[in-house]
Formats: sequence, C-alpha cells, structure tokens
Amino acid sequence: MQIDISRPILDKNERLAAENRAIFDAAGIFVLDLMASPGAGKTSTILATIAALRGRYSIAVIEGDIASSVDAEKIAAHGIPAVQINTGGACHLESDMIRRALSSLDLGTLDLLIIENVGNLVCPTEFYLGEHAKVMILSVPEGHDKPYKYPGIFQIAEAVILNKYDTIEVFDFDESEFRQVVSSLNPKAPVFPISATKGDSVELWAEWLAGRIEANKART
Amino acid sequence: MHEMGIVSSILTSAEEAATREGATRITEIRITVGELTEIVDFALQFAFEALTPGTIAEGATLTVTRLGAKSRCLECQTEYEHDRFEMLCPECGSFACELLTGRELEIDSIEVDPDESTAPASGPPAETPPQG
Repeated sequence: MQIDISRPILDKNERLAAENRAIFDAAGIFVLDLMASPGAGKTSTILATIAALRGRYSIAVIEGDIASSVDAEKIAAHGIPAVQINTGGACHLESDMIRRALSSLDLGTLDLLIIENVGNLVCPTEFYLGEHAKVMILSVPEGHDKPYKYPGIFQIAEAVILNKYDTIEVFDFDESEFRQVVSSLNPKAPVFPISATKGDSVELWAEWLAGRIEANKART
Repeated sequence: MHEMGIVSSILTSAEEAATREGATRITEIRITVGELTEIVDFALQFAFEALTPGTIAEGATLTVTRLGAKSRCLECQTEYEHDRFEMLCPECGSFACELLTGRELEIDSIEVDPDESTAPASGPPAETPPQG
C-alpha cells in the first residue's frame, strides 16, 4: 500500500525557521547568516562589520561552533551581546538551536543579528534558519578555484565577501577568474574584497548590509 | 556529511505517516532531490543503512529521484535546463533568471506492507537529534 507524504524532508526545520522569521520581523531585526570555511575570517569579518555599523545599529551575534566559547568571548570583549551555540559535533546550525539562543538576547533593542554558522562550505547551505540573507566569505588563501568545487554555497549566498584581500599577491589568486565563476554561478551576488583584520575596504560591504537593513525596516 | 540528519528527518516523517495508517513495516521510501542541493546519493544510502536497523523501515529501499535544474529568464522568458555551473540565459545571456527547479528535498511517498497494515498503531517515533 502506498502512502503519499509530499512534503519537504526538512519540514520541521523549515517550520521552526518560519517561526524564527516571524519573531525577527515582529521585533524589526534584520538577521544575517554568515557562512564560510574554518579560518576564512568569519569572526574577524563580524568584528569589522560591527566597527563599521555600531554607530548606526544595535547589533548582537550568535556564534555557532562544534565546541568552545572562544568566538563569543571575542565578540563580547567589544561590548556586543554574543551567544555561543555548541553543536556538539553537528556540522551546521538548525532552527531549533537559533530559537534556544534567542532567549538569551534582548530582541526589542536590536537592529541587526549576525549568525556565524559552523565553519563548513557544504552543510549550512541546506538549512534555512529564518534569516533574511545568507552571505558567504571566501578567503584568498583558500584559492580562486573554490567556486568550482563548492558551487552550492556560492549559489545560495546573496553576497560574497573575499577576505584577506591584502594577501592576494602572495597566494597567486586569480581575481578575474574568481569573479567570472561567481557571476556565472550567481549572477546577482556582489563580491566585496576586504581585509577584515586591517579594516580595509569594509565600507562597501557595510553599506550593502546597511541597505538591506533599511529595506527590511521599510518593509516590516 | 549532513546526510545523517537528512535521513533522520526522512525516517521521522515516514514512521509518522506509517504509524498514522496503522502500518508496522515500511518497504520503500521515495524521495526527490534537486541537482543543486548538496546531497550525495552514496552518503544518503549509507546513512539509510546505518539508521534503519531496529526501526519499522529495517530492510526498506530508499528510492531517490533526481530532479534537474531549470530556470526562467526574466528578460526573454526562455525556460532552460542547466547544470550547477552555468546559470545564465543561453538565449540572451541575461543574468536576471529565476530558478524553477533544482533545490528540491522532498519525501514523496512510502510503501508499507499491506499484510500488516491492519495491525494496531505503535507509539510515535522517537525524535532523533540532528547529526552532521
């Protein structure tokens, strides 16, 4: 006997994500899911973004890692509320983890919530958390060929940050080939070269994000 | 390797549906996976074989239908199939395109053993934590 089911496999995650999204919209918060490999500079990019936007927006961060609270401590040291999620081995964040983390934040006071996903170029692409945008970081030392090898994440990201741009000469990174492949995979995604730890060229990225925050405020 | 988590979700849905219909054995689970998802067939089958023993889906077949990627050009309205590397409109070269299919990840149906479909329902399936 056949029983029809016809529903998304990740139905439970997607239902919880939709509930998260309703919470974010009710509080008027723009939520960014930041994805990258381990070591690409997610936390440094978040710190640079905070430096660029903290005068205009009230910001909090959710840090996702398999273990430790190293990242949340780095963010909190800058006076920004940070919640650490330890996935205990899971390679990505899911909506129920975000929901639990929200209880530690004062949502009514926030404009921007940045979620730092677990370092991974594959799994986080499949899991909607209720965010308004997914953005990814590739760092120069990882190589310009990564979009060929991990196309999925480049396709789902609304913008691509190219971090550690100050090392481009050392690593023989072919920027024009990189941009060409990214634009064929995801024609609408802008590419923002930055050097997060030096704070170089962060403005264009920060303005793009501010534009998205403002557009979201106008909509909700 | 998030296929373990994917298969856990599949089994939860399948066991819920089977239990609701009073079935005690699942013989086949059919799913559709878009070509643009980050899902590997081999890893799905491996996770399925690892997670089904001791459940009502023990010994069941996991049948995967792969759905190709297709987009529509918002400028010239051409609908075209493409691979995961080339999204641009092949007719006018526009990058203003809308993805129609390719990101599906759905459980379609299950096949349950008709001989046992009249057996009393067992309890709800246990929740399985997400795994990498």
